[in-house]
Amino acid sequence: MFLDDLIIVKHQGKQFIKDLTKASLPEIFRGIPQISDKAINAQELIDFCPTAAILLNKNKLAIDLGKCAFCGDCQMQFPNKITFTNQYKMATNNRDSLMVYQGESKEIKVEASLIRKEIQSIFNRSLKLRQVSAGGDNGNELELGACGNVNFDMGRYGIEFTASPRHADGIVVTGPITENMVEALQIAFEAVPEPRLFILVGVDAISGGIFAESTALKRDFLNKVHIDLYVPGNPIHPLTFINGILELTRKKYRR
Amino acid sequence: MKAQNQYIKLKNGSPILTADIPVLSYNDFRVQTIKLLLDFDKAHCSNYFAIPKGIGFQLIVIIAADVNHDFLVFSHQLLSIETALESLTQDHFAFHIFEREIHENFNIQFLNHPWLKPVRFAHNRADQSKQIANYPFYHFDSTEMHEVSVGPIHAGIIEPGHFKFSCHGETVKHLEIQLGWQHRGIETLMLHKKTDLQRTLLAESITADSAIAHTLAFVTAMESLSQIKVDANLNLERTIALELERLAIHTGDLCGMCTDVAYQLGSSVFNALRTPIINFTQRWCGNRFGKGLIRIGGTHYPLKEGLKSDLILVLNEFESRFVEMAEKTFNIPSVIKRFDGIGIISKINVGLLGCVGMVAKTVGYKRDIRLSHPFGYYKTVEFEPKTCISGDVMARGFLRYQEALQSIQLIKTMLELHKSELVSSKPDYKVVLNPNSICVSATEGWRGEIIHTALTDQNGQLEWYKIKDPSMHNWKALELSLRNIEISDFPINNKSYDLSYSGHDL
Repeated sequence: MFLDDLIIVKHQGKQFIKDLTKASLPEIFRGIPQISDKAINAQELIDFCPTAAILLNKNKLAIDLGKCAFCGDCQMQFPNKITFTNQYKMATNNRDSLMVYQGESKEIKVEASLIRKEIQSIFNRSLKLRQVSAGGDNGNELELGACGNVNFDMGRYGIEFTASPRHADGIVVTGPITENMVEALQIAFEAVPEPRLFILVGVDAISGGIFAESTALKRDFLNKVHIDLYVPGNPIHPLTFINGILELTRKKYRR
Repeated sequence: MKAQNQYIKLKNGSPILTADIPVLSYNDFRVQTIKLLLDFDKAHCSNYFAIPKGIGFQLIVIIAADVNHDFLVFSHQLLSIETALESLTQDHFAFHIFEREIHENFNIQFLNHPWLKPVRFAHNRADQSKQIANYPFYHFDSTEMHEVSVGPIHAGIIEPGHFKFSCHGETVKHLEIQLGWQHRGIETLMLHKKTDLQRTLLAESITADSAIAHTLAFVTAMESLSQIKVDANLNLERTIALELERLAIHTGDLCGMCTDVAYQLGSSVFNALRTPIINFTQRWCGNRFGKGLIRIGGTHYPLKEGLKSDLILVLNEFESRFVEMAEKTFNIPSVIKRFDGIGIISKINVGLLGCVGMVAKTVGYKRDIRLSHPFGYYKTVEFEPKTCISGDVMARGFLRYQEALQSIQLIKTMLELHKSELVSSKPDYKVVLNPNSICVSATEGWRGEIIHTALTDQNGQLEWYKIKDPSMHNWKALELSLRNIEISDFPINNKSYDLSYSGHDL
């Protein structure tokens, strides 16, 4: 019987990704976009975006990755104007740096100057997080689950999800924060001992995404908390999340 | 009573004029509904909803005739909110959730309904004084019983729901599940959004684990209302995506079930096996859940020759590893002990509740849209759903195994029929819908039947959009499965159903 298990293990082979900071995704993956200088009707492009993520700023087009649902339809409708690259490292602690402007090849990273001092000293070797879904569509939830599987194995860094907020060092929010869920979210957040992290995962959490104007949401809770990390995606890729957390809590992973 | 057959027959994804829906007196409406649903093998209620019409409401019922590919649709015009209606639930229990929903949204009164409790505390509910924190749970007035409350936030990385167990010692006597925490107002947004792309994104976000199935139901409704014909090749690609979704989620659920019975090898292996499938979907369309793939009228991501050979390799490699692990899992005594005979739902209860999809199939009902109301590729083949009979955790696990194998075979067959040299059309971002029409669009997601019903007004604008996830019917089955079993068996039961919170709450 034990032999059967060994045979299965042998057939499965090694599944883990050796270096999560250097893994590459297929070209077709939609990561950080680039906007070229090609002349187009800007208003048409702005109106085309389903989540109002494309805007005109000082005569230059920009995409707000906090609002972008990464549907990629704009790059199909306006070819050579917008191109999504497969750059998945786009988690940041600076909301403004999620703006990608026309003509730039943007690098989005966690900015050391904005990290609270106690974060690195306390959480740099072990981090336990409590995830709260507040209207999430189960995509980000599944991808956060995948962070701990045998492929990504986030546990190798001592980063894990935990059941109780009392055992957690921070809250990870998915979903656009529904009115029905906001009280539970607040209670869970307050149950986490300080210092605590607060992380927004996915476009829905960062800006409300496609649900932004829904009256079923109640997002004012976000005004009361310090947001330590924004992880864009719809849903996020596990590599985006893991690299973001590493950059936030560990000096040697910072770019 | 008037003559028989006061209904109109609708095929899956074929629009008709809304005015053609027969309007019956409530008594006839009630008698006919109950009569049509007498034989659980032949028909079930797919959806029942109200839309505001004039000063009152039109109550529309959609009954799926499971043998002859029809949806039977008829309605009642309720002139005044003051008129209380005899509830259908007292005669056919499957209506309980729909009558609760109608009552919550519009304050229509149903007499003799066992529990007109809120369904999801919708943002536009009729009675705003009802708050989600004050849900009226059942409570046993007994000194020997105790209650266990779980949620809305659960121990794992999953969506929120509040579960209240009424227990006698370790034995659960009653479980009540309260949902609504995920409510985002999708049905309202469907009407308010201005562009078709926005609505497509909403459909993709109903629940990401069924993104393909829900988006397919949505685009089929839009295409049929605007007379867009989809070529056979695109239909094959969409169906391949749908079966890949089923394969990936079933594999992931087998992982979850192994985790919940502490079978570490199965848990790790099934978890790893889901990855090559969703990674293929990512190589196909740039997203592991297939978001971006399904669009109205066409696709941006044709299934090219290189992708096809890639997929065949992935499936062959997957299949041998998957079968080896599944055979081991379903034969190992420590797993069998925790799966076999646990959380049984009886065939009669499934019939009474009107359950669909996997839950119906685990007790032997062949309730599968791919057979009963075929769409896309399934119109061209004789599809035979897999079924089990025991209705327990084992059946729900084993059915997943069998359906996963079936999906692999279906995909391989479809890949042979698919011609990658044919180029499918590009998506249409501005469709013009037929005015004054209704379309019922159904797909079989991995959980069960997904029904989208779209109604247009005289200008061809969406007047009403109704979404029904299979979880609407099936949550009650989980509650009944828990009766008289140990509370420690709850996690494995919950995982074996894996119902949708976001699909239910919308």
